[in-house]
Amino acid sequence: MIEIDTTFLIVLGALILSAVFAIVRVIKGPTAPDRVVGLDTINTLVIVSMVVFGIATNSVIYIDVAIVYALLSFISTLFIAKYLEGGEI
Amino acid sequence: MLSEILDIIVYIFLAVGVFFNLLGGIGLLRFPDVYTRLHAGTKCTTFGSIFICVSVILLGLKYWYFGSTDGSVLAIHTAGALIAILITNPTGAHAIARAAHRSGVKPYKAVVDDLETANIKKTPVKNKEVKK
Repeated sequence: MIEIDTTFLIVLGALILSAVFAIVRVIKGPTAPDRVVGLDTINTLVIVSMVVFGIATNSVIYIDVAIVYALLSFISTLFIAKYLEGGEI
Repeated sequence: MLSEILDIIVYIFLAVGVFFNLLGGIGLLRFPDVYTRLHAGTKCTTFGSIFICVSVILLGLKYWYFGSTDGSVLAIHTAGALIAILITNPTGAHAIARAAHRSGVKPYKAVVDDLETANIKKTPVKNKEVKK
């Protein structure tokens, strides 16, 4: 069986590949909500990648950064959605 | 014995999580419409993230059980990140879907839009704009 740290690095590579798909959707997307969906997916993948990288290198600071990143990306998504909807913020 | 069983469970959870995250990325690339893309890109990613975070928590608990103090801190902080993902991700998806519908994006091959004719209360901001 492969070692557990190598496994986490392989998982990290797969997550980055999935984020590349989302980046292609952000570049190609015909309408603005398409791009917002791509950005939301990239945010979630980055959070999970930070958690995986934190346990692969045995350091807790990446996971703390991931928590703060999750809350900030949520606020930014809500603001962009409100802007697309056409209301006042 | 316990260590090997935990390792196998961690590997299975990691495999399921990576599989669903890749499905989310491919679905985001291949679906024809904003709403179906949202369906793929948000639900699959949330489900895969749950499995990857649970596997990380199990690994941290294993480290803690076999005598490392870093393991418990890793497990608790990963649980915090998992709770943050679980609260924020579906809420953001709902906000994006509502914004897409109100900004006039139609579903792919849609003929009848039932939400347009339904008797839904608009937000107070919209009512204010109508009065002006």
